[in-house]
Amino acid sequence: MPSEISSQSSTPEARFSQFKLVLLGESAVGKSSIVHRFVKDSFTDLRESTIGAAFLTQTIQLDPNTTVKFEIWDTAGQERYRSLASMYYRNAQAALVVFDITQESSLEKAKYWVKELQKQANSNIVITLVGNKLDLSEERKISEDEALAYANELNIMYCEVSAKSGQNIKDCFRDVALKLPLDNKSNSQNQRRNKTVDLSKRPNTNEQQCAC
Amino acid sequence: MDESYDVIVLGTGLTECILSGLLSIDGKKVLHIDKQDYYGGESASLNLTQLYKKFKPSKEYNDQFGKDRDWCVDLIPKFLMANGELTNILVHTDVTRYMEFKHISGSFVYRDGRIAKVPSNQTEAIASPLMGFFEKRRMKNFLEFIMKFKDDDLKTHYGLDFDKNTMDEVYNKFGLERGTKDFIGHSMALWSNDLYLNLKARETYDRIMLYLSSVARYGKSPYIYPLYGLGELPQGFARLSAIYGGTFMLDTPVEEVLYDDEEKFQGVKTKEGIAKAPIVIADPTYFPSKVKATGEKVIRAMCILDHPIPNTSESDSAQIIIPQNQIGRKNDIYIAVISNSHNVTNKGYYLAIISTIIETDKPHLELESAFKIIGNTKDVLMGIAELYESLNDGTENNIYISKSYDPSSHFESTTDDVKSIYKRVTGHDLILKKRATAEEEAELAGL
Repeated sequence: MPSEISSQSSTPEARFSQFKLVLLGESAVGKSSIVHRFVKDSFTDLRESTIGAAFLTQTIQLDPNTTVKFEIWDTAGQERYRSLASMYYRNAQAALVVFDITQESSLEKAKYWVKELQKQANSNIVITLVGNKLDLSEERKISEDEALAYANELNIMYCEVSAKSGQNIKDCFRDVALKLPLDNKSNSQNQRRNKTVDLSKRPNTNEQQCAC
Repeated sequence: MDESYDVIVLGTGLTECILSGLLSIDGKKVLHIDKQDYYGGESASLNLTQLYKKFKPSKEYNDQFGKDRDWCVDLIPKFLMANGELTNILVHTDVTRYMEFKHISGSFVYRDGRIAKVPSNQTEAIASPLMGFFEKRRMKNFLEFIMKFKDDDLKTHYGLDFDKNTMDEVYNKFGLERGTKDFIGHSMALWSNDLYLNLKARETYDRIMLYLSSVARYGKSPYIYPLYGLGELPQGFARLSAIYGGTFMLDTPVEEVLYDDEEKFQGVKTKEGIAKAPIVIADPTYFPSKVKATGEKVIRAMCILDHPIPNTSESDSAQIIIPQNQIGRKNDIYIAVISNSHNVTNKGYYLAIISTIIETDKPHLELESAFKIIGNTKDVLMGIAELYESLNDGTENNIYISKSYDPSSHFESTTDDVKSIYKRVTGHDLILKKRATAEEEAELAGL
């Protein structure tokens, strides 16, 4: 795991921001594979469903002074019967809506999820439409132009990736990071966390904790 | 869809979702269904459009109190004890990963016509306006006794035996007045009536210790509360269950329950097809013929305010308890106050949720003293809920039905129900193990 860099690191101009990123899209379009490629730089053909790990973090360095940490929420399969909880969208600052460029129906589903996001998530959420399985481009059913036209119409970003080969994965997350409000302290999750209590830590009972 | 499961869970209330999560961690294959299109059942938090539709269908919500999505109103008002069992389960299952909590600013009790902070240590007892000069000393001695009590050290027992003496006898040993007994028993031990006075003192001692150790964790009050409302709790446990392989289907009414020749549970039929499992866990609404009314009815008034509660030092959140004796009732009245600081209201607004067990045929009049405390309201929505419990324990037909959420101010009875059902379903006690960290889980998932 990448080491944590705090906002008070050595260089005075160092910037650190943390964002919640959610993934959406039809089952089997490769949502988890994209995350695993990004976080662990690995790929498994036989990934069945999302079990065990649905909460991962990855840090990227935008420039020597700017670090962005993504807190990535996978659907844990709850999208299958359209049973995602409102908690999933809550405070998400970025969303990847994934479809499979070899499956026509998956773009239709992606359109549904974009609409859901616009209904349920923060109004300033950065949405990116992601066409996956670029390694299968001979079997492509959805052209880049078609997907791009749709993305432009909704004023969202578009990128094409291959979780299998790793092509464009890093660039895609980088593009998302560049769109996020890095300087806006009120959007940064670190700020919000300060006001809340950490249930797993036992404070010294002799000390009056000020949680304000 | 998959045809067979180890357990089918019906309803996404908190009890069902905790059990779903725990059983999934145990490796059980869980199918979790809710007839409604949102998580939480009776333990959901609703936005104002949903709330008006449910409680004031004649009056549509049209943004008079700001944007709908800024509101999360709990259907069942409760707080978590900072050191209580739900907190323990949250930490062990690491559901805290998905949620954030804040403490509740104040814990208040009504005595002789006004409200005052519940003293939580000897120093506060001395400063409290709740008691006269001599009574303060007696209260200080009582608290000192409770805090220093050790089971294996007879010197700390003052000749009392918690397993033989009643709580009233313990109070009397310290010469405490009736009003002081009221606020210890009702605002610290959180009993909602006076039956406890004649029970063995042990449970009341445990409850007072839970209160004191909970206050000690974050100061100010023993209570904590999740940002965005209690409805986040079932969602967090549902996510836990899903991550461990649980399948979730909302907006899916049960069309038919299937039984075998011996009238044992076999499965359910829904729009997605037939799903089979040897065991079902459900809330009472899924098996109306297999539950009975407990006889208790709860009235809950959700009050929208544009000011903090008077005499609470402008607290952004508070628990206010009106002990039954103080207003000539048999059951306490609770007022849970929350606001924008817990992200459950629009800025500048407060929510006061008043609840009690109904004692007369004019239940709304029973809340009068609470309305006096909270001051002017912008609007009030009221609902009455009947409490249900299962006719049998489920071991005969493999249908395990949870209890309705009672009017108590915290979740201790809910977690008792979770543990009881867990034991009946699995045959062994719930032993909480520390869940693997995110990284360990990633390893387990083959990364």
